Amino acid sequence: MFRRFIWLQWRSFFRSASFGKSLGIKIFMAFMGLYLLASLGFLGGALYFILRKVVPTQSPMWVVSQFLVYWVLAELFIRYFMQKLPVVDIKPLLINNISKSKIVNYILGRSIFSGFNLLALVTFVPFSIVVLTKGYPATNVLLWLASLFLITLCSNFLNFLINKSDIAFGILLTLLLSFWGLEYFGILSIRDLFAPIFHGLYAYPFAFVVPLLLLILLYFLNFRFLKGVLFLDGALKGKVKAARATELTWTKRFGEMAPFLQLDLKLIWRNKRTKTQVWISLLFVFYGLIFYTQEVYANMPVMHVFLGIFMTGIFLANFGQFIPAWDSAYYSMMMSQNIPLRKYLESKALLITVSVVVMFLLTIPYVYFGWKIVLVNIACAVYNLGINIPVILYFGSFNKKRIELDQSPFGNMQGTSAVQFLIMLPVLGLPILLFTVFYYLVSFEAALTILIALGILGYAFKNTLLNIVTEQYATKKHVMLEGFKQKNG
Amino acid sequence: MIRVHELSKKYGAQEVLNMEMLEIPKGQSFGLVGNNGAGKTTFFSLLLDLIPPTTGYIENNEIQVNKSEAWKPFTTAFIDESFLIGYLTPEEYFYFIGELRGRNKADIDGLLANFEDFFHGEILKQNKYLRDLSKGNQKKVGIVASFIGNPEVVILDEPFANLDPTTQIRLKSIIRELAAKEEVTVLISSHDLMHVTEVCERIVVLHKGEIVRDIQTSTETLKELETFFAG
Repeated sequence: MFRRFIWLQWRSFFRSASFGKSLGIKIFMAFMGLYLLASLGFLGGALYFILRKVVPTQSPMWVVSQFLVYWVLAELFIRYFMQKLPVVDIKPLLINNISKSKIVNYILGRSIFSGFNLLALVTFVPFSIVVLTKGYPATNVLLWLASLFLITLCSNFLNFLINKSDIAFGILLTLLLSFWGLEYFGILSIRDLFAPIFHGLYAYPFAFVVPLLLLILLYFLNFRFLKGVLFLDGALKGKVKAARATELTWTKRFGEMAPFLQLDLKLIWRNKRTKTQVWISLLFVFYGLIFYTQEVYANMPVMHVFLGIFMTGIFLANFGQFIPAWDSAYYSMMMSQNIPLRKYLESKALLITVSVVVMFLLTIPYVYFGWKIVLVNIACAVYNLGINIPVILYFGSFNKKRIELDQSPFGNMQGTSAVQFLIMLPVLGLPILLFTVFYYLVSFEAALTILIALGILGYAFKNTLLNIVTEQYATKKHVMLEGFKQKNG
Repeated sequence: MIRVHELSKKYGAQEVLNMEMLEIPKGQSFGLVGNNGAGKTTFFSLLLDLIPPTTGYIENNEIQVNKSEAWKPFTTAFIDESFLIGYLTPEEYFYFIGELRGRNKADIDGLLANFEDFFHGEILKQNKYLRDLSKGNQKKVGIVASFIGNPEVVILDEPFANLDPTTQIRLKSIIRELAAKEEVTVLISSHDLMHVTEVCERIVVLHKGEIVRDIQTSTETLKELETFFAG
C-alpha cells in the first residue's frame, strides 16, 4: 500500500501544472534552499571551533545545550508560519478501498520528509562528527543526535496540533520574547535553566527514550485528531471566515478614485497573501537596526541609501511589483467594465505613496544613530515617491502571471517571473548608483540634493508619467488577460 | 446593434472561429448554441475585446470594439467566475459594479429588491465572501450584476448551467422580461436547447467555429435543433 502512496506522491510532483514552467525560478529557489542548508551545515561543522574560542571555559556540548531551547522555540515559530499539513489532496482516496488509518498514517508519514526536519540534521550531524573526532564518547554523541532528531520530529507533529490556533501562536511568541527579555535584562537565565535538560540527553544517552515517548504520544494525538476530522466538512473543508462588510465612506473624498481605493483596501485586508505582505513590510523597519548598530557601516552613506530606499520602499517593492497581478483573478471583468484605467492606477499609486510616508515616519527614531540617517531617509522617501512609483507601475504592465490571493506568501513564487528581478535593478540600483557617484565626486549634500531633485521632478511630472503608464496598460491588455487566465502559471 | 465583419480567430494553425457575417438587430434576444469547442465563449470574448481578433472586427452600436472603448458604458456581461471579485461580499460587489456604471447605493438597493425571489434568501446579508458561495449562487450574483446600469447589450455565457430548477425557471422569466424591452439586446449561449428556444427569438448554431444554422424561433425549432445535434 505504502508503495502506491509513494507512487502517487511522485506523480503529483512531476505532473503538477507548474512543474517545468518557470524553470529559472525553480533553479533559483533550489539554489537558495541549498545555500541555506549548506550554510547551516557549515555552521554546524564550525560550531565546535567557534565555541572553543568564544567560551573556552565551558564544554561546547554544554554551550550548545544552553541554546537548544531557543532553537526548538524558533523552529516551532517558523513552522507555525510556513508548514501546513497538506490534507486536501487525499480527497479522492476517501471513498476508495483504503482504510482511514492508512490514509492518516500516509499523511502523517509523508510530513516526516518535510524540508523543515532537515534543518536540525544538517546542522547537528556535522557538529557531531567534529565532536566525535575530538574524542567524545560515541554512544553519547550518537544518541544525543538521535534525541535531537526526535525532538525535531516532535515539533513537526506538535506544529500540526497547534497550527490552527492563534492562541498557541501567541503563547509561542510570548515565550520566545519573554525568555529573551529575561535573559537580556539578566533577570533569569533561561539558558542555564534548560541547559541541564538538553545536556542530560547527552550525559545520560538513554534519556533518548523521553523524546521518543513524547514523539509517540504526539503522533498518536495527531492520528486520533486527524482520523476524527477526516470528513468533507472537517479537516478537508476550507476555512470559511464570516465576512464583515465595510463601507469605507471616508474614501469618498477621493472622488472617482474611491471605488478602486475601497477595492484595494479590501484586497489587502481580506487576502492572506497581501495581508502578510503588509506585516512583513512593517517588520522591515527593523532592518536598519542590523546595520546602523555596526561600527563598520557607521560611515558608509552608500549603505545608508540602500537602507533608506529599501525601508521606505519595502511595500512599494512587495506590493507594487505585482500590480496588476493582484487583480488577475477578475481582470477580464475589469477590462469589460467601463473603468477609467487611469483612476485604477492612481488608486494604487496613492496606496503606495501612503506606505512610503508611513514607512518613513517609522524610520525617524533612527535619528538616534545620527541626523544624517534621517536626511538620507528623507531623500530616499522623496525619490521613491517621485521616481520609483511610476517606474514600478510601468513595469507592472509586463506582469502576466496569475496570483491566487488566498495562498501564503512564504516561499510562494506565484506571479514571479524574471520581470520581478529586473525591476529591482532600476528601483534599488539606480538611486544607490546616483548617490554613490555624486557622493564621491562632489559631496554628501550634493548627492542628497540630486535624489530629492529627481524625486520632486518625478512628482511634478506625475500626470505625464501616469499617462504613459496608462497607455502602456492599454496596449498590453490582451497579453495580460491571456496570461492571467493561466492557472498555476 | 451588433455587426460582425469577416471575423476569425486562430490559435496557431487552428481556426476556432470564422464568421463571415452576422447581424443582430437592436432589441433582439439572441441565442447561441453549439457543442463544446464550437466557439461560443470565443465569440463573446471577442465581442468584449477580451481577446484580439485574427482578422475582421465586430461593431457594437457602430463602435468597433477592438478600436474604441465607447461600447463599455452600455454593454454588460457575465462570462464566468473570473468576473467576480472573490474577497467582496455580494452587496459590496454590486455596489462596486454600480459605481463603475454610475449608480449610487440607493439605485442598486432598488434594483436588488426586484431580485429577492431570484436570490432565494441565499445571497444578501449572508456575511459571506463571494469566494465562499456555491457555484450556483456565485452565478446568480454575476447574472444580476450584469443587469446594473440599464445596459443596452447584455451578454450571458451559459447562464443556466449550475442553477437549480427553481432558479432556472425564474431566470427564464427575468430574461424574457428583459428581452421584451425594445432597447435591450440579450445574447445568451447555452448547451440546453430547451431553455434557449424558450427565451430567444433567434437561435444561431455554431459548429467548429462556423455558423451552420440561423433560425427564427418557432414551435418546430426545438425539434429541428434536436435533429441537428443528434447528428
